[in-house]
Amino acid sequence: MHIKARRMGDSLIVRMEGELDLKTADAFKARVRAELAASGRIRHLILDLRGVPFIDSSGIGAILGRCREIREERQGRVIALAPRRPVRRVLALAGLLRLVDVAETQREALAMVKEGSAVP
Amino acid sequence: MTLPEGIANQVVLEFPSKPENVAFARTAVAVFAAQLDFTLDELDEIKVAVSEAVSNAVIHAYGDTVGTVRVEAAITTGGELILRIIDRGQGIPDVAAARQPQWTSRPEERMGLGFTFMEEYMDAVDVESAPQAGTRVTLRKAPARAPIAR
Repeated sequence: MHIKARRMGDSLIVRMEGELDLKTADAFKARVRAELAASGRIRHLILDLRGVPFIDSSGIGAILGRCREIREERQGRVIALAPRRPVRRVLALAGLLRLVDVAETQREALAMVKEGSAVP
Repeated sequence: MTLPEGIANQVVLEFPSKPENVAFARTAVAVFAAQLDFTLDELDEIKVAVSEAVSNAVIHAYGDTVGTVRVEAAITTGGELILRIIDRGQGIPDVAAARQPQWTSRPEERMGLGFTFMEEYMDAVDVESAPQAGTRVTLRKAPARAPIAR
């Protein structure tokens, strides 16, 4: 699992390459936590899932934990960017699509968080 | 090698209960399962179910020590996939509770979703567990487009 993170305005964009499971979920959690701790300006989280071919409940749990931090502590939004079909199906089955919005492109994801920031 | 009655093919995997072996198990089982006429969606479902059962064994069976996880995969002569995920660990104290969607015995954020995914993605899920003896999860699935012969 390779993880790249960068901040764009008040959004943290996390790009993952690899399978998100029991082995890799902790690295994802730790990285996002560190990025959030480093910048109080971050309100939104964009998870670029284009390079993630597989996710299971360990990965779902890791994303859910970050949803809590973003939505409850920072009143922000979490966007899943272009999840592949197997990943999208697991997100839906886990009920995570109630907490996470799906965008098909990065431009669309950034527009969604901009709209989220405008709302008081 | 003589195959048991009603079994067309089978493989057995045994490995230490380490997180890095979860990906190996699900991938190996999916490759074996592809001998049947499963769709790509169905093979993805099998991967998720195996990942959940093996992750449960890795996290829960042996506490902080490393034990052995055994995965038996078989294809019946009727064209059904049967998987057994077996550990010799501490067992699940309350199987019915463990299978409830939101139950988890450790706060590692997996939310007890593992059994939900197994139930949803496989045709049948059976869990046998005994304290200090271990747990055996049996998963069954047949390709939807090629119903099994009965």
